[in-house]
Formats: sequence, structure tokens, C-alpha cells
Amino acid sequence: MKQDVDSILTVQGLTKRYAVTVLDNVCFELRPGEIHGLLGANGAGKSTLCKIISGLVAPTAGSMSLASQMYSPSNKQTAESVGVQIVQQELNLIPTLSVAENLFLGRMPHVAGVILQQELQRRARVALERFGLDSIDPKMMVSRLGVGYQQMLEIAGALDRPCRVLILDEPTACLSAGETARLFERLTQLAQDGVGIIYISHRLDEVATICQRVTVLRDGRVVCTRDTHNLTTAMMVELMSGVNGEQCEASRSLTPRTSPDENQSGKALAAGSFDRKSKRIPLCSEPVAITIGSHSETTGRSVLLKVEGLTRKGVVNDVSFELHAGERLGIAGLVGSGRTELLRLLFGADHADAGWIRLSPDFRERRMRHPSQAVRAGFAMVTEDRKQNGLLLSQSIRVNASLCSMRRRFSRWGWIRRQAEQKTVQEVCDSMDTRCTGIDQIVEKLSGGNQQKVAIAKWLIQDASIFLFDEPTRGIDVSARQRIYKLFESLAMQGKALVIVSSDLDELLATCDRILVMSAGCISGVFERNEWSHEKIMQAAFAGYSGGMA
Amino acid sequence: MNSFRKYAGLVSVLGILVAVFSLSSKNFFQLATLISIANQIPDLTLVAVGMTLVLVVGGIDLSVGSVLALSSAVMGTFIVDFHWPLVASIPMAMLIGALCGLINGSISIGAKIPSFIVTLGMLEIARGATKTITNSQTKYIGSVIEPIGEPLPWLMLSPAFLVALGAVVLGELLLTRTVFGRYCIAIGTNAEAVRMSGIRAAPYSISVFVLCGLLCGLAGVTQTARLAAVDPNAAMGIELSAIAACVIGGTSLMGGRGSVISSFFGVLIIAVLQTGLAQLGVSDANKQIITGVVIILAVLLDALRSRFAINVHLSPKEL
Repeated sequence: MKQDVDSILTVQGLTKRYAVTVLDNVCFELRPGEIHGLLGANGAGKSTLCKIISGLVAPTAGSMSLASQMYSPSNKQTAESVGVQIVQQELNLIPTLSVAENLFLGRMPHVAGVILQQELQRRARVALERFGLDSIDPKMMVSRLGVGYQQMLEIAGALDRPCRVLILDEPTACLSAGETARLFERLTQLAQDGVGIIYISHRLDEVATICQRVTVLRDGRVVCTRDTHNLTTAMMVELMSGVNGEQCEASRSLTPRTSPDENQSGKALAAGSFDRKSKRIPLCSEPVAITIGSHSETTGRSVLLKVEGLTRKGVVNDVSFELHAGERLGIAGLVGSGRTELLRLLFGADHADAGWIRLSPDFRERRMRHPSQAVRAGFAMVTEDRKQNGLLLSQSIRVNASLCSMRRRFSRWGWIRRQAEQKTVQEVCDSMDTRCTGIDQIVEKLSGGNQQKVAIAKWLIQDASIFLFDEPTRGIDVSARQRIYKLFESLAMQGKALVIVSSDLDELLATCDRILVMSAGCISGVFERNEWSHEKIMQAAFAGYSGGMA
Repeated sequence: MNSFRKYAGLVSVLGILVAVFSLSSKNFFQLATLISIANQIPDLTLVAVGMTLVLVVGGIDLSVGSVLALSSAVMGTFIVDFHWPLVASIPMAMLIGALCGLINGSISIGAKIPSFIVTLGMLEIARGATKTITNSQTKYIGSVIEPIGEPLPWLMLSPAFLVALGAVVLGELLLTRTVFGRYCIAIGTNAEAVRMSGIRAAPYSISVFVLCGLLCGLAGVTQTARLAAVDPNAAMGIELSAIAACVIGGTSLMGGRGSVISSFFGVLIIAVLQTGLAQLGVSDANKQIITGVVIILAVLLDALRSRFAINVHLSPKEL
């Protein structure tokens, strides 16, 4: 970067690796007095970059400098002390403390540990006024404020500290138009004072309005940095999804291999043989290869599920679609677009405010009031956060895998049929190549991929007919991922219907028959296999957030 | 072999205690002493079985002592004032216990209030009700009920002890061999995951409180039999002894882990300690201190053991 003198923050060759590389040799430069947009699809690395800049995460390699000085914050506090402030997407306020206490948490005026209430209130009032929030009483408890105000409060708190670089991650996600306008006014002022602002948002029209430059990230790499005045939102989407989507897709897809006897896939769970036209499943040895084989036409297959106008206020809005037997329906969309919430509505984990679910064969209007109803109706749901609500971590594989089917398959007069349980769980675990010391091993001690296999196994044993997968391959290794793709295929073969939510678009493109795109709680596009492209899907995913479309 | 290892720690603690007391007092390792211990513990054992189940689903029941006393008072009233036969009065005691459990369970599960608070309320209510019924006076019942607490001549053990032993066996079977028990363990481990597996947890959790109440009612019967009277101040503080027994046995207060048999060992350890120390002529004050130390030591040992077990587990294959 040549304009070193001219920049307040410079990032050089920043790399971050976990199991996979999230940031790869990223260079980025922020000028004083500029609002700089950071764009990218899910998992492009925006959040990681910001976390590194603000000292929350340490980079694997690379260097940063702040106003021409070496800058390597070891934690958030050191970053804050040199003037780098971040306001994260999730609110970090303590709901049971007052507004003033939250604003000055960790730096309250005190004498020998006793808080100077008067001084605290005074300073809080100054900070709030500066941000145009005079209407808020500093003594009020934060939990009584609306989400929009809470968000503003966080920003006000960040701005009350010495500030040279301000990072905002989706600040307008829950702000009203008026609040957004006030925020922008304030940000413009700040920029005039010479603060450099990094601005992340899904709302591309906002980015176009307020930012002078944008940097686009894709798969952890910087695609480009551009001035916004000659950039349309459509071009932004294009940049995020790859200059042309085809290229990317082609590199991912695998030319079907025809060599015989190379199929070591072993006992495919379904034991269903693949039909004649279908291609072999790629072996685990190919890291990124994803099968494309045996995608079937959905037309002509029987409908299993009709969703009509399903709505939950504020998260899912008037969603309708049909699901066919043997179909793999992908749901794409940005994080927070209502994908998970839609699955939870279908599964009865949350209650719908409007709309119906109709199931074959009678297609009676119904709503799920509890997951137990959904399970009885043939639904299965593999949750996004397997540790939180998918698995009993401190229990054995056996207990986890048989849990759903205990009553139906493994009991007589309320007594557990241990032999039957043992046999079935063992079979299913073997068929999924679960790596464990035995079915009595505690799930917590398994690797992420094997944990996920157990989370899926319990629904295979239950023998559901509609499978809802929420981020089924998040945080798991390549071989487990391959195994799960194989499973999708064999489930579809058996005539099960699959709904797959994933932030990895390539995964959906490779495994699904049809993709439904959600944007701001609505369905913004439905694509069949022959008509989709990276770019079209990305366009649809952003549609709900930019005022013009949708 | 697996089950032997599971109880090895507790058995060895018990063994050490018996050995120490036998060496320090000539009177300890004698049939009479052992029988007297066995006949003292039915109440605590029954309560501990119920408490184990409640702890496994992630709850706690502080009202056990009061419910025990209330059941005893109700039974006493039926026998003495209404002249009901024993066989009809005992079910009334169990019924009133179960009812208290139902109230505890429905309120805490239904309204999502921590069971600690609901049962704390029940602790006061049931004790107050007991005092109202008995007029705060000990009610003598007499020989009708005594046989339950007295050793059978051919076995030297009392029917009450046999009932308690039966409850331990049934409780353990319930927890390890039935769908009900499996669900209880699952609910205590992660209630949200259970819900997302399509299981309605509430009926199971409430049933566990009912079961605990029922066992307290039964404990009320054995307690009354031992004294041959209704004592309105009976079983005060038994909730803490029961929790101690469960914890010594390795039951987790966070739910999801527990064994009825282990809790029974916990009861035995507490009982042996009490009797042994009494025989040695240790003062009540010192008895309390020593009991406290043993509780903490037992749990400390268990914590160290499980930490060690995890290390052993991780080393060979995981990496």
C-alpha cells in the first residue's frame, strides 16, 4: 500500500487459520475521515477481519499499523486504549444495569471503589446528548429500552471513548428509518472529525449512500477496493459472488469418475443402490470435490409438504413453498435472513403467527405447537447448534442416538429393550463410519464431525420422512462432510424429502435439486438446478435489504 | 465387573469407616450395632431415593422433611381419631405425600419457577399444616404401627428396612432400565435438546416430583412406626442429609447424572459415621464437624477421580 502516510489503519498480509483458512493474505487500508464499507457473503471473512483489528482475535500471520505505528493489540482493552472501537452485531449490554452504568462499565468514576453516582449520571448525559439521545434517562434500566435504542446506546458508548477507528458490524439491522438517518448524520460528522470508520452491512443501498470506498471480500481474500460513486448495488453483488459465477461453480464441481470398483463407499446407509444414470460418489480423498450426480427432476414426484404463508412476526414473512418426495431443497440466504427461524416454525420449536403447514396425504391445514407433534408427523430436525440443543453432550452415543425412537422402537411396557437398542445404534453408527471407541462412548469426547453424525443418526433411527438440516456441515472436517453429502443422496433415493439450510452456497449448489433464497424473512427467489448461478442467488439474497428491489 | 468398578469408591469408603470404628470401639462390629443401624435408616433411604430422581431431572426438593411429617400426621389422625385400620391409613400417607409432590412439580414445571423456590415454600406450608393437624403436640399411636419398625425375629431386619431396600432396587431399575428413567436423565442433561428431539418433558419431570412425594409419604410411615408416635417436628433437616447422601453417591446437582444405589451407599456412610462416632462418645458438636468434613472429602474424591478418568480417556487415541 503506497499511501501509508495517508492512512490511519493499514493491514498487511493478514491471515487467519482455524481448521480452515478464514482470512488469506488480506491487505486493507483505512483513511482518516473516510467511511469504508466492507462487503462479502456469509463466511467471506468480514467479521474475522474486524475481530482481528479490534483485538478480539489474534491473526495467524500478517501485520497491522495504526497511524504509521506498529499495531498488534493483544486484547480488546489495548485496542480500545489506542482508539480502535468496535460495535458488534450482537448486543453486549448488561440488561439489569442502568444506561449510565452500561456506558461506563469498566471505567466508572469512583472514590475507593464507591461509585460517584452524580458524576456518572452527568457524564452519561453528556455522552447521550452528543449522540442525540437526550430522551433517554441515564438511570433507566437497559432491559426497558427497545432494541433500536440499545444498539444506539452501544454506539454512543464506543464513541465516548477516544476514537480513531470505529468498526460497526450491521449497526442498522434493527434500527428504524429515522434512527438510521440520525446514525448516518452522526457518522458523517465523526468522519469529518477525522475518524476512520469501517462499516459492515447487508443493506447495499446504505453502503452506497454513506461509504466513500468499499472493500469486497470473498472466501477470505480481498477481491478489490473501489470507490462507491461509480458502483451500483448490482455490481457489488457481482463482486461478492465472483466476477462470473460460472467459473467458481465449475471449479467446484467434479467430473464424474467412471472407473469401476473404485467405490469404497461401503454400506451406503440406505442400502439403496444408485440408479443407472447416477454417477459415483467421490471419495473422501478429494478435499473439495462434491458430488453432482443423480440430481433428479422434482416435477412428477408426489408432494409431501405444502407451506402456505407461514409467518412469524419480525423474522419470517409469508413463506410459501412445496416439498416433494426425494427432493433436496436448499435454503440460501444471509445469516439472519430467517432461514433457521423458518425451520424452527416447520418443526414446531417456535409458533407461527399466521400461515399453515399441509402434509400429505390429507393436506389438512395445521400448525405445529410442539416438536413432538412435528416428529409424529414425520419431521426430523438436525439443529444448527448441536451442542446447545442437538445433543446430550455428557451422555453416551447410545443414549443420544436412541432418544427420539425410545418409545416407538426400543421399549416394551416401558422397559428398554437394550439388545434391540444396541444392535440398531451400532448398525447406524457403523453405516455412517462414526469414529468412536464404542457406542457407550460419551459424545462430548467425539470430534465435531462424529458428533454431527450422532446428531443425524438419531433421526435416521427414528425413520422420519422430512429432514430439516440447519447448517449440517458447520465446523466439521472434510471426510465427515463427504459422508453427510453421501447420506443426503441416499435419503433422497429412499424418497425422503430434505430441506437444507447452509451458509456455504457451493455446498447447496452441489447437493440440492432446488434452491430457495431467503432475504429479510421473505422468499426472494426460487431456482431450479438448470437455471441457477452464484450471482443470481446472491442477487436474490441481498434483494430484501436494498430498498429498490423485492 | 463394570458395576463393581462403579461402586468401588463408595464401598471402600464405607469399608474404611467400618474398619476404623471396629478397631477403635469393641462394640461397633457386632450384630446388634449393625441391626440398629439398619433399622434407623429406612426414612432417610426412602427420601434419598426420591431426592436422587428429582436431582437427576435437574430439580431439587427441599420440602421432603415437612412432607414426611405431614404424611405422618395425616396417617396418625386417621388411625387415632377416625379409627381407620393401618392398611387403609398407610395409603393415605402416601397419597398426601404424592399430592404435595404434584403441587411442587406442577408449579415449578408449569410456571417455570426454580424448584428450589417452590419446594422451599412447600417446606413451610407442609410443616405448618402438620402443626395445625397435630396441635403442635406429639400424638401417641401405640402398638398398631410398631411392628413395621421392629425387626422380624427370623431375619433381624425390620419390614421398614425391607421396604426401603425394595425402593432402592425399584428406583435403580426405574432409572437405568426404563424409558421413563432414560428420559429423566436426558431432561436433566439438556432439556432443550430433549424438546428438540420431539419429547414433551413436562409430564416426566412432574411425575418425578410426585414420585418423590410418594416416597416421603412412605418415609412418614416408617418414621412413625419407629417412634410409635406422630412428632410434628419430625425429620427437620432431613432434606440436607438426603442431598448429602446423593452427593456422596456422585449424583450431580446440575442434573443428568445419578444413581439410586450410590445414594444408598451415601446413606449407609452417613449412618455408620453417626453411630460409630456416638459409640466413641464424640460430642454432638464434633460429630457435626466430622460429618461435614466427610461430605466434602467424598465429593472432592469423586471430582478428582472423574478428572483423572477424563485424562486417561483422552490420552491414547484422540490425537
